[in-house]
Amino acid sequence: MFESKSGVLLVAGLGFFAFAFLSNALVPALMYRDLPEQTTTELVEKNSNLMYQFENLSHRYPEQFAKHVGEASQENCAEILELGRRVYTGEGCWHCHSQFVRPVSREEDRWGPVSKTEEYQNELQRPVMFGTRRVGPDLSREGGRRANDWHAVHFFQPTMVSHDSPMPSYPWLFEGSPDKPNKRGIALITYVQWLGSWLESYPYYENFEPTPLPGDEPAGEGEESAEDAEVATAE
Amino acid sequence: MIDVQPADRSAPRHADLVDERIVLTYFLIALGYLSLSMLAGLLMAMQLIRHNPLNGFELMSPGRWRMVHTNVIAYGFLANAFLGALHWSVPRLMLRPVLDWRLSWFILIAWQVVVLGTGVGIVLGPTLQANIPALESLPFALGAQGLEWGETPVWIDPLALAGLLLVAVNFMAPITKSRGPMYVTAWYFMAAFVWTFLTYAMGNFLPQYSLTGTSAGAVGGLFIHDLVGLFVTPLGWGLMYYFVPVMLKKPMWSHGLSLVGFWGLAFFYPLNGIHHFLYTPIPMFLQYGAIVSTIAVEMVVTTVIVNFFATIWGSSRALLTNLPIRWFYTGMIFYGITCFQCALQTTLTFQALIHFSDWVVGHAHLVMFGVFSMWLLGIMTYLFPRIWRTEWWSRELCEWHYWLSAVGLFVMALDLTLAGVFQGYYWASLQPWEVSVEGSQPFWVVRVFAGLAMMAGQVCFFVNLYMTWRLSREAGVSRGVPEPAPQAHLATQGTN
Repeated sequence: MFESKSGVLLVAGLGFFAFAFLSNALVPALMYRDLPEQTTTELVEKNSNLMYQFENLSHRYPEQFAKHVGEASQENCAEILELGRRVYTGEGCWHCHSQFVRPVSREEDRWGPVSKTEEYQNELQRPVMFGTRRVGPDLSREGGRRANDWHAVHFFQPTMVSHDSPMPSYPWLFEGSPDKPNKRGIALITYVQWLGSWLESYPYYENFEPTPLPGDEPAGEGEESAEDAEVATAE
Repeated sequence: MIDVQPADRSAPRHADLVDERIVLTYFLIALGYLSLSMLAGLLMAMQLIRHNPLNGFELMSPGRWRMVHTNVIAYGFLANAFLGALHWSVPRLMLRPVLDWRLSWFILIAWQVVVLGTGVGIVLGPTLQANIPALESLPFALGAQGLEWGETPVWIDPLALAGLLLVAVNFMAPITKSRGPMYVTAWYFMAAFVWTFLTYAMGNFLPQYSLTGTSAGAVGGLFIHDLVGLFVTPLGWGLMYYFVPVMLKKPMWSHGLSLVGFWGLAFFYPLNGIHHFLYTPIPMFLQYGAIVSTIAVEMVVTTVIVNFFATIWGSSRALLTNLPIRWFYTGMIFYGITCFQCALQTTLTFQALIHFSDWVVGHAHLVMFGVFSMWLLGIMTYLFPRIWRTEWWSRELCEWHYWLSAVGLFVMALDLTLAGVFQGYYWASLQPWEVSVEGSQPFWVVRVFAGLAMMAGQVCFFVNLYMTWRLSREAGVSRGVPEPAPQAHLATQGTN
């Protein structure tokens, strides 16, 4: 068997591969078979946090939003969310930002609750975006932590809000200036605001203040509070 | 020692076995991709030290080129160079040509379509899809697939899989036609053809279309791991078991250890996948299983390395005089370091600290460049003069190629490993995130220079290659390399 063709092909080639597949892939698949996979529509329906951010985008950038999205409806939100996931994947965001919080290295203090299986059982985690590298912070608890404006400026040119950031600029998600996100820009902001928005303790990390809407009296500098938020302190 | 047919005078002529043009073509294409991948790596490295002059240009986005960097090295450089080396070694070992030359050339072209499609898809896909309304409504993304090492856009996956099947068919023909027990190299190759096909199918299709969430993560980990462990590793070791005895003109030290090495790798390697996602929601008992089998792999690897170092025992002067041998054994030392590192870093204690950090990036470079690229560059150093029947134009440039590559890589791996430890402690101590980025800057600067040294090494190689080719075109010059002899089981018998 050890030096014969059938041994090498059937036992080592097929057999051992199948054994590994059984133990490493089929076991978790069977364990979670009763956990239904949520569609994007379902994700949006139950999620008022996300809808809040989505509507906020339509207020912050009314012209852009009307042109690229239309109404801030649930159907549009689901569609935009899928586009956002596509942008996130296509631009390689997931190679510098992970999407899981581990129970070690004091990550609970820094990011929020440790990740659970249910959080990944949905269409937008296909393939799952765990990530393997953190040049920038983990993003699985990012939603609601910062204002849409902060994200817009940050994607346009990260150093504007985070002075020494090595993150590349993404001006092609905008039409010339940070207050004019295009469809991809709106989609990526929506996607990032979705991350963690399903948690009860949303937004987990800091005292959440809604972004002031046009016409409101400014309730404090949005960007300043966002920068404070970057200094991660365990509370 | 296995019993093989004796080397007789009727051994087939070299020209009937090996199509040297295809070996040459594969190697040259591979070197082109190596250059591209290194430039892409440089772009990302410059971005991290905030000196990327191209920041803000959509088609030069470091995020996209980072994926080009890894995919082109795996599918452009390694796969093409492996295919070239296989076209040399398989027919000469089995004494039979591949199934069909036309198929070989077809595969060569089809594979370039796959690799170029991957690169173009990753870089241009998102842009095209956003700007052309007809493409926007496609149900799939034209750009990268969200699977590490499998960023090949989904629309290329079926073609790539078909290509891998054809590769297997083409090379399995000479192997299956031979009779009796097989030499070590053939075990590794046969298993690699099966594994590569299965791995690619599993990793690229299941998490995309069938499994979701955590179980898809488990498959993703398995894919990352198997791509290195079941595609690159067996082909690499198969080539080492072929070229080392051929060049040293003696058999492997222990056939028993060769057996242990192959079967140990075949059993334990595929079980490691989940160690890429420790502390995720993947069930803990599966994580423990992956950790234990990773440490088992380290034991197996030790037997293989012992076997190779015992083989060169008594001929160690070859490390000085024989450049390919030096490339090979340097790669093996890096392999030993990598696997030892792996056994440590897979433990939960280490993982808590170094996961997500540059430690892992250093580890990946140590494997992909320090081991397998070193071996393939060594094989090229050995084969180019034989194909052109011309000695290297400059031995000195060969030395520069070796030393710049080896030292550059070693500095890079050491630097990133250290950076990883620092980053891990910055994070665990709950310092603001920016502190970890600032603290990484010196390491990232060193990494740029280490990478530049590696690139300079390749430039030496290209210059040497060009001059050697020119020399080979000059008629009537004694060029010092004869037609390769018909090869009858040199690898197993140690005779010439």
